[in-house]
Amino acid sequence: MSRISAHTGAAARLAEPSPVGVLADRYFRYLIVWPAILVLLLIGLFPLVYSAIVSFQKINRRVEDTSFHGLLNYGRLVGDDRFWESLLHTGIFTAIALPLELVLGFLLAKLMLDRLPGRQVFIALLLLPAVISPIVAGAMWRLMFDNIFGPINQVLGWIAGGPVNILWTINDNPVVVYSAILVCEIWQWTPFMFLILLAALANVDRSQLEAAELDGASYWQTLSKVILPAIKPVVIVALTIRGLDLVRLFDIVWALTRGGPGTMTETVSVYAYIRGFERFDVSFTAALAFVVIVLLSLIVMAMLKRLEIAR
Amino acid sequence: MSPPWKARPWWRERGAGRIWARLAAALVVTLLFLFPVYWLFATAFKTPEEVFASPPVWYPSDINFETFWVLVRDGDVDAVWNSLVTAGVSTVIAMFLGTIAAYSLARFRTGGDNLAIWIISQRMIPPIAIVFPVFLLFAIIGWVDTYIGLIALYTAFNLPYVIWMMRGYIEDVPLELEESALVDGLTRWQTLLKVVFPMVRTGLFATTVFTFIFAWNEFIFALVLTRTDVLTFPVQVTHFFGQQQTFWAKIGAMSILGTLPVFFTVAMAQRFLVRGISMGAIKG
Repeated sequence: MSRISAHTGAAARLAEPSPVGVLADRYFRYLIVWPAILVLLLIGLFPLVYSAIVSFQKINRRVEDTSFHGLLNYGRLVGDDRFWESLLHTGIFTAIALPLELVLGFLLAKLMLDRLPGRQVFIALLLLPAVISPIVAGAMWRLMFDNIFGPINQVLGWIAGGPVNILWTINDNPVVVYSAILVCEIWQWTPFMFLILLAALANVDRSQLEAAELDGASYWQTLSKVILPAIKPVVIVALTIRGLDLVRLFDIVWALTRGGPGTMTETVSVYAYIRGFERFDVSFTAALAFVVIVLLSLIVMAMLKRLEIAR
Repeated sequence: MSPPWKARPWWRERGAGRIWARLAAALVVTLLFLFPVYWLFATAFKTPEEVFASPPVWYPSDINFETFWVLVRDGDVDAVWNSLVTAGVSTVIAMFLGTIAAYSLARFRTGGDNLAIWIISQRMIPPIAIVFPVFLLFAIIGWVDTYIGLIALYTAFNLPYVIWMMRGYIEDVPLELEESALVDGLTRWQTLLKVVFPMVRTGLFATTVFTFIFAWNEFIFALVLTRTDVLTFPVQVTHFFGQQQTFWAKIGAMSILGTLPVFFTVAMAQRFLVRGISMGAIKG
């Protein structure tokens, strides 16, 4: 019933003859694709071109100088510590959240794969975090972590046997603030990993598992030699989707800390927002946006070609 | 396997202990995941004294709809309506434009793999990089804080996803039906609307659900492009974080309005949706 298509080669697809005969129609095939392309140029081409133009000018809250200023803004970007720090913060969030979501999602999928009464109900309930707006998720955890009204400090107080007063989201200890944001992020997206891995695990060829069992393979051998290779293509796709989401992390950070305290949790997206919409550094932000668009487009296209999920 | 008339309930089978252990573990994990949601939603029903009690109260003494009435009275629920309009209209447009484009990509290989990859790569660009130039453009043409501005942007942002998913669904449909429809004298548009669309209806449904949710939950575009007239519900939620005070009960109530309809739709239709979540990596 189900099959994994992630590794069907692009080359094999191209080799297929395109359906000719009655279906072929030079006029119709372009007629139906052009409206979508035109709309896509609004987000695909326009921002790129416009950012490029504005990034060579000098527009900010005080000056509106549209003459050519060369690489002025790019120079400022390279020399801007806060930009590099925001890149570092984004990298830290991604590096910690991505493996944890994968491992927790995998364990959860293993738990629900075997015989479990009421499995459909559990799966439906675990979907809830994934369909909640990230802003709501952020607000939710801000309340959970609230030092006065939140239950987390209360529960920690029960364990510690005395009142605990941790200022989770406004603490100047990065470990505490990052933990709060990461808990929210992992809470929201582990179910996503879980759902994908559950479907992938259910698709693993049963006869191979039985053969491994007959051959007397240990649990770890079966896992590493049969199960993991079988789900690898799906895992790579899931990691790519989540990785690209984490690189543009904005909503939950905005709801939990607004990048604070100070600039401690500022991601690239949060920093770009603050420069563009709170400080009106138009040309600087345009340079930042241009660099981000070009870099990510190249990374994404290279990745998609390599993964061959393009089919 | 015992025959069905001898089937025993699972708790009397061999190995029932393991099943009990799994059930217990699944219950604990699910409760842990749902507890924050319970906490926020319960806040909506608490009295003001209970909301601001310290140490916090774990459940409201009474189911109290006061907060919802305040949202209605102050007009804050308009945000839910705005979300419905922008997400709904943009989803319909994106689904139509995206599906016909996907048909061209799937059946005629229009643009080859490069066009397909370019299209999906547009989806991966950070919204903040897109919204900045778009805001400057919309400011010039007067589209800031209008339905049409937000709908245009959501349509464009969701199109790559729709094209990508629908291309996969259409490729799975055999060609013969379309060919015989054309031979029978249907026009191309009739073939598309009367033959192809019904054949991919589960795919259309799943993709529509996800496209709607993306637009419904979206925050950055709405934050930048709305002021007062077309505030969407996630932006409205952030307005309850005040300088002096945070209105937790309103945040809870607004979150309930913005979350439960979406959750019930997805929970009902979950078996159609895995492919949509994995962007087609798993076919179902």
